[in-house]
Parts: sequence; structure tokens; C-alpha cells
Amino acid sequence: MATETQEESTGLVFHPLDQFIVKPLFGDGPIHWYTITNVTLWMAIAVVAVLALFVFGSRGRAIVPTRTQSVGEMIYGFIYKMVEDVTGKDGIKYFPYILTIFIFILFANFLGLIPMSFTTTSHIAVTAVLGFGVFITVTLIGFVKNGPSFLSLFWMSDAPALLRPIIAIIEVISYFVRPVSHSIRLAGNIMAGHAVIKVFAGFAAIALISPVSVLAITAIYGLEVLVAGIQAYVFTILTCVYLKDALHPHH
Amino acid sequence: MPQLDFSTFPNQIFWLLVTLVVIYFVMSRIAIPRIGAVLAERAGTITNDIAAAEELKQKAEAAEAAYEKALVDARAEASRIVAEAKAEIQAELDIELQKADAAISAKTAESEKAIAEIRAGAVKSVTAVAKDAAKEIVSALGGKADAKAVTAAVTARMKG
Repeated sequence: MATETQEESTGLVFHPLDQFIVKPLFGDGPIHWYTITNVTLWMAIAVVAVLALFVFGSRGRAIVPTRTQSVGEMIYGFIYKMVEDVTGKDGIKYFPYILTIFIFILFANFLGLIPMSFTTTSHIAVTAVLGFGVFITVTLIGFVKNGPSFLSLFWMSDAPALLRPIIAIIEVISYFVRPVSHSIRLAGNIMAGHAVIKVFAGFAAIALISPVSVLAITAIYGLEVLVAGIQAYVFTILTCVYLKDALHPHH
Repeated sequence: MPQLDFSTFPNQIFWLLVTLVVIYFVMSRIAIPRIGAVLAERAGTITNDIAAAEELKQKAEAAEAAYEKALVDARAEASRIVAEAKAEIQAELDIELQKADAAISAKTAESEKAIAEIRAGAVKSVTAVAKDAAKEIVSALGGKADAKAVTAAVTARMKG
């Protein structure tokens, strides 16, 4: 890689992508599907955090909530309202799935901001499973609920007759691009921010630049905190929008 | 790029699915029913409290109205008592005044009578003194006093 040649000439060490390497926690063998890796560890930490917030935090079932319970209630209310507003009343039954997706992405993003951690959502394998999972589920729901009339999603009946086939082609293409953009948006945002922080951290080795570097890391870290929340929100609201298309395909 | 190292994909996908299933069960079996119940209970409590507050407010308004009414009644009662007392006092006063007037007029009449008597007595004695004085003056001047003429003259003078 180009970074290695730089390293030799200037003494700077850039390994911005090393943080994304998946490695086994125990031993150094090959990675099978069942191997316990750092992915396992950080996903387990995410599960523990979810348990702490939603099970331990709300154990009091208090009418006047504690701080932790209040956070859980806020997330619940936020996603519930989002599902209700975007997909309508008949989308409410998918609320647990959407909440699961949101919670996972939110916790993975924020846990990834802990220094030296591993960010599971920075991997296209993870986000693609989420993105294609949403895509396939939503498409199936669309066909099961509406039958063949689900295809009217692509047929703009209020467009001029001449343009309708062209619009239909564009709509079909954009429909199939959805899962790709859906998953790459999340992984790309998270990965880019983390890589940029690492690059600036590499510059901190030079005494002259290090104050600027530290300031830049601080600033980008703040930005990344925003991005972590916003990307979880964006992923979830797009899921709701796709679900709405599946439930109500007629424009 | 480690993201494109396909040999790690099965591992990541497997653990992701495990994680999602665990989170899904935690959320759908524990968190969502619990939080939903808490939120519903809270909404119920708030509604009940608002209803109770409304009821208490109405009670307070009723109590205030009763208080106002009692106040008005008390005022009316007080003014009635005052008016009664005034009337009573006025009646007593009138009686006393009449008594006093009667007493005063009786006294006045008595006094007038006494004055008249005194005046009459005085006129009589003045007449007698004037006759005597006239007789004496006439005799002192050397005339012979005719009692009848002197009396007539004095009486004529007294009238004038």
C-alpha cells in the first residue's frame, strides 16, 4: 500500500484501516463462521448494553421514571412515533423489528466510538445483511399484502402516458439500488469517520503538528458522535419509508 | 481493506444474526411490553390525576360559592338587625320625646300660671302702693285727699 512507502521515508505510521481487521479473540487460526472474534466481542457488548438499558434500566417499572428508564422510554417513544408517522397505523406491528434494527445500529455506532474498540457497523458485511434483509422483507411484505398490484409502485399513473414506461424503468432501477445505498451509506459513513480520525492520529507523531492534530481529532470525534446517531436514525427512517411503500404502493 | 476480506463474512454475518435475534427477543419479550405498560399506566395516571384535579377544582368553586352566599346572607342579616335596632331606638326615642315635651309643656303652663299670679299680685300691690303714695303726696302738698278721687285717678293712670 501507499502508506507503507510513506512510512519508510518520513517515519510516520499510518494504519487507518487496521482498526477494521476482524481477528480471532483466542489464538490465531483461520476465521470460520463460528470463530469467536472481535466482532463477537463487540456485538456481545452491544447486547449487554441493550440489556442494561432496556431490561435492567426499566426494572423498576416506575410511573416516575429513573434516568435510565427515561432514556429507554424516549428511544421507544421516538421509534414508535417514527413508525406511526411514516408507515401509518398498519405499520405498528413491524415496530419491534424496526426498533431492533435501530437499537443495534445505535449501540454498535456509539460503542465503536470508544477508543480501541471495534466498530461492527463499519463493515459492509454487517450493513449489507441489514440493508438486504430490510429490502427482501419489505418486498415480500409488499407482494403478500398487495399481490401483483404491488407493482403499481413503479407505474406513475398521474404522469404523462408517454413518460410512464421511462419512469417505470427508473423506478425499478432505483428500487433495486435501495439496499445497496442503504447499506453502503451506513458502513461508509462510519468507516470514513473512523479512518479520518486514525489518519489525524498518525500525524500526531510529529511534535510540530500534534496540537493541530489533537484539535482535529477532537473536532472530528464530535462530528462522529453526531454521525453515529444520525446514521442510525437515517437507516431506521429509510426502513420505515420502504415499509410504507410496501404497505401503500399506490401513490 | 478489511471490509472486503470475504473470508471474514460468514463469521460477521453469523454473529450479526445471533445478535439481532437476541436483541429482537429481548426487545419484543421484555422491553417493549414493559415500557408499553409503563407508558400506558403513566398516561392513565395522568388522565386520572387531571380528572381528580378537575373534580377538586369544582368542589373548591362550589365551596367558594357557598362562602360567598353565606357572606351575603350574613350581610343581609346584619343590616336587618341594624335596621331593627334603629327602629326600636327611634320608637323609644319618640316616646321619651313626647314624655319630655308633655313634661316641659306642663312645667311651662305651671310657670305661666305662677308668673300670672305674681304679676296680678304685683299689680294689686303696685295699685295699693300708688294709692297710698298719691294720698300721702296730696296730703303733704296740703290738700285734702279725697280717697275716691285718688283711687279713680290712680286707676286711670295705671291703665294708661
